[in-house]
Amino acid sequence: MSDQSLHPPLVNSSLLPPMAPPCGIRPSPATWIRKNLFSTPFSGVLTICFTVLAAWLLHQFVSFAVLDAVWAGGQEECRANPDGACWPFIVEKFDYLRYGAYPLSERWRVDLTLAIGAVLIVWLLWKRAPRRNLAALLFFIVYPVVAFVLLRGVASLNLPVIDTVLWGGLLITLLMSVVGIVFSLPIGVLLALGRRSELPLVRAVCVIFIEVVRGVPFITVLFMANFMMPLFVPDYLTPDRLLRPLIAIALFSSAYMAEVVRAGLQAIPKGQYEAAKALGVSYFTMMRLIILPQALTIVIPGIVSTFIGLFKDTTLVAIVGIADFLRAVETARVDPNWAGPTISSTGYLFAGLVYWIFCFGMSRYSQSMERELARGHKS
Amino acid sequence: MSDVLLAAPSRRSLSLHDAKVRGIIYQLLLAVSLLALAVGIAVQTASNMRARGIPLSFGFWNEAAGFDINQTLIPYDTLSTYGQAFWVGVVNTLYVSLLGIVLATVLGFVVGIARLSPNWIVSKVAASYVEIIRNIPLLLQLLFWYNAVLKALPAPRASIELPGGIYLNNRGLIIPEIQLYEGAGTVELAFLAATIFCGAFWSYARRAQNRTGKQLPVLWVILAALIGLPLIVFLLVGSPVSFVMPELKGFNYRGGHQLYPEFAALLIGLSVYTASFIAEIVRSGIQAVPKGQTEAAHALGLAPGKTLRLVIVPQALRIIIPPLTSQYLNLTKNSSLAVFIGYPDLVQIFAGTVLNQTGAAVQVMAITLSVYLAISLVMSMAMNTFNQRFAIVER
Amino acid sequence: MTRMNLTNNEACATLVLHKKIRGTKMQAILKGLVGAAVGLVVSNASAATIEDVKKNGVLTCGTNSATAGFSLPDNEGKWTGFVVDYCRAVAAAVLGDAQKVRFIPLTPKDRFTALQSGEIDILAHNATWTSSRDTSLGILFAGTYFYDGQGFMVRKAENIGSAKDLDGASICVTQGTTTELNLADYFRSHSMSYSTVGFADEEAVVKAYDEGRCDVLSADTSTLNASRQRMAKADDSVVLPELISKEPLGPAVRQGDDHWLNVAKWTLLVMVAAEELGITSQNVDEMKSSDNPNIRRLLGAEGSLGKDLGLGDTWSVDVIKQVGNYGEVFDRNIGKASPLKMERGLNALWNQGGLQYAPPIR
Repeated sequence: MSDQSLHPPLVNSSLLPPMAPPCGIRPSPATWIRKNLFSTPFSGVLTICFTVLAAWLLHQFVSFAVLDAVWAGGQEECRANPDGACWPFIVEKFDYLRYGAYPLSERWRVDLTLAIGAVLIVWLLWKRAPRRNLAALLFFIVYPVVAFVLLRGVASLNLPVIDTVLWGGLLITLLMSVVGIVFSLPIGVLLALGRRSELPLVRAVCVIFIEVVRGVPFITVLFMANFMMPLFVPDYLTPDRLLRPLIAIALFSSAYMAEVVRAGLQAIPKGQYEAAKALGVSYFTMMRLIILPQALTIVIPGIVSTFIGLFKDTTLVAIVGIADFLRAVETARVDPNWAGPTISSTGYLFAGLVYWIFCFGMSRYSQSMERELARGHKS
Repeated sequence: MSDVLLAAPSRRSLSLHDAKVRGIIYQLLLAVSLLALAVGIAVQTASNMRARGIPLSFGFWNEAAGFDINQTLIPYDTLSTYGQAFWVGVVNTLYVSLLGIVLATVLGFVVGIARLSPNWIVSKVAASYVEIIRNIPLLLQLLFWYNAVLKALPAPRASIELPGGIYLNNRGLIIPEIQLYEGAGTVELAFLAATIFCGAFWSYARRAQNRTGKQLPVLWVILAALIGLPLIVFLLVGSPVSFVMPELKGFNYRGGHQLYPEFAALLIGLSVYTASFIAEIVRSGIQAVPKGQTEAAHALGLAPGKTLRLVIVPQALRIIIPPLTSQYLNLTKNSSLAVFIGYPDLVQIFAGTVLNQTGAAVQVMAITLSVYLAISLVMSMAMNTFNQRFAIVER
Repeated sequence: MTRMNLTNNEACATLVLHKKIRGTKMQAILKGLVGAAVGLVVSNASAATIEDVKKNGVLTCGTNSATAGFSLPDNEGKWTGFVVDYCRAVAAAVLGDAQKVRFIPLTPKDRFTALQSGEIDILAHNATWTSSRDTSLGILFAGTYFYDGQGFMVRKAENIGSAKDLDGASICVTQGTTTELNLADYFRSHSMSYSTVGFADEEAVVKAYDEGRCDVLSADTSTLNASRQRMAKADDSVVLPELISKEPLGPAVRQGDDHWLNVAKWTLLVMVAAEELGITSQNVDEMKSSDNPNIRRLLGAEGSLGKDLGLGDTWSVDVIKQVGNYGEVFDRNIGKASPLKMERGLNALWNQGGLQYAPPIR
């Protein structure tokens, strides 16, 4: 092939001189509008309809949440205003929405726990931060212990024990999500590996677990975990009431996680496995150093969307009477002192914003990570 | 090196260094521990239930339920049995799920295609829809639709009157009831005949196209036959139908069909939420079809509409269908959130009221979980069949 | 009893194994393992509730999630109310401290399941004592702390004077209550139609009525009155005169634990008897030196009620001192000293025209 004589005679044997870059690729606003909004008559009609729709929705939102809203005052002002949100209601309930019934004098412990968590998460996720391995170690191993000690309390450390039935609000939502996220990934990986195992029994057990869990509604599982569990296992094996939904949520999302991870495992070329085995690498080393790093990288978007699903699913613990953030909003909403025409809408708007910020943040982070990885592959 | 390789088979004794032996040992350990766990749980449950006098049988199935359910698509009254209440729940679950699947699919495809629209504002509005809706928990959306939107409608006496004798109030949507008279059967027969004709015409048209390459206007003929023939027969037999108009009597409108707000909130919430996921699936499915396909179709002279219909969508569907099925399954499972807004689905009626009245918690939960598992099994099987039929035939 | 079941089940389990795996050695190993697992698991299956409570140092009590006057947490999770005080009384009797209670808020739909399974030690809910609940749910009622009846609440604007005018109404009810069943009976026997809107959560039911989703709110009249506290437009509504059912509300415990049933029963009865004998939380200490043998027996100065119940000698003093007698609890939470201002009515003592009656303590 390298033989010069085989080239067809028409092929140039030297490189062409470079051309000047094309000029004026930035279109004028008029061109942009014509091209993107009015390319065809139908497109023009759509543009007008959708602009009107979008403007109307935006106007509704802004006038409800900002322009017509009650910003100062109290119950009387809110009752008198049927058009806009009632923000004083949120202000008064803000502490309850964050901590639930956690004792007033001990709330600094919650703040401290959340602050430590926030610092660790930023450290962990900030791509250019130094020593991210240490952050991972702190977050996954040390932090859970610290959080437990701080939130629940240890009498000997002069931190009074706070019964978990008093925990509530955003605290519960964040706690559930973080615990779910920390545990669902490793369990999910194990299940995915089990599903692709060569041992038929291991495979069968994993398949049955994954499919059964994915086949039933989460609230039925929660109901059984919180109201029926002592029927199935003896007292001393029955975990705390708050712990059970935590375990349920972690196991539940691990089944979904397993399917995401499995897709990643399937996408790894067979040659990688074969090469590793040919080098005499053991199964676990192969998985840890060769297969999983590649497989998990491919499915980062799937993993993050499972996390987002888990975060949203924490709202369902309300079915077993645990006062998570949404349940706290519901409780606050039915307070007769605040009964007003827009209290429900205000509560839901606020809750929606809070959930949205968390979920949207997660999805944006995964997208930026995806782009980074895609760049990495190209180079 | 070669010595080792040669020697290996002769050393095949039962050793822990043999992967197979280890595999068997692992599996045995797993089997034993699982079995011990299962037996332990079974024994513990049985002994607890017996000690506490909790019913162990399914005898409650044929006992009178004695409670009322507002939305029943199959005959049910307060004298019916728990078994019938179960079926009411199953039907209500399937009803809201199927309608939700249809609505979510339509909405999801529209939004998904709109996201790919060359029109900037259309694609941005579609993108905002997706980003807002799928990042807010479904439960919150359901509560919003039910408590903030539908309950805020006016009371019955101040109902919003819509054309055609339809009323909207905080008790729901009340529409006229259709009553069929004698002769209505002929209309159904006509519809049946039209269906058979359509099937025959379709296969004829395909054969004609294969033979001559000419395309017959299949869609128009089928539409004309399906709507026209029953309509003509309907008029010929003298419109054997009347409408029972709802009228305000006592507390609320009487007569007519009532669409309950609980049902409406659940349906709207499920459809809107699931549509945002379906839109993403549709978008990525269409984007996954290589651009060369569009260009080749255009080069062959296919119009844009036909390109989409005959070239892009069939290929995109292959990618879209599997995740779409799992969204359908999610929607069905999510319909159990009905308990939060009072829609009488399987979980609310059966795993709620029936469980409470009978105390047969273990049996009721087992049945409930089995129903959902069966639904998911049937859907997975349908999807596998589809995948096999439509998989790309490799050379 | 448990031993016998155990061996039966063990046999069953081994039978299954027989079919699956051949080879006697394997069988023996498996049998041993399964037996060990079963033994481990069932070891304390039927431990007495009172032992568990003493061991944990806290009484787990299932109550209404939010019914003003009966059971309501404040923003800091401190519970108050009539049934809450009953729980506190039981805790005082068993543990000597009325504060050692863990309250688990339960919806009516879930309450019996939670009790059956052992999730809670005792159910102090607005739960009606019925024959079927006593026989088929695996629970037993330990008495009646509140005699009630089911009623209807309607808006005044509807101009309705009687429950017989409720034909065609939509009615808000709580799922898993006798209310649901009584409604069906009442409307069937009066040939009227109705449609229910049911929620698991009592707050959601009240809110749905308050926001106009239903024409009628139906519940026990005590709950109806308490619900007013949660309504924005409480004065627009009126409770109809008819009571359509008998609703004796009482605490419940699991079947198969007679000792615990006795504790639950006699804690309530001692509170009733204390009111009858004029013992209050204020004068209980002086009363200990009373000459009245009934009072002396009740307060443990004579006789062996405490020991017979497996409780301490001072249990009844603890109950009355820390929680109060029946009348005090009633007045404080739902009676004349409370915002609800309910009449004693049926819940007056038997010698004052009511139904509250404690058997002799001797």
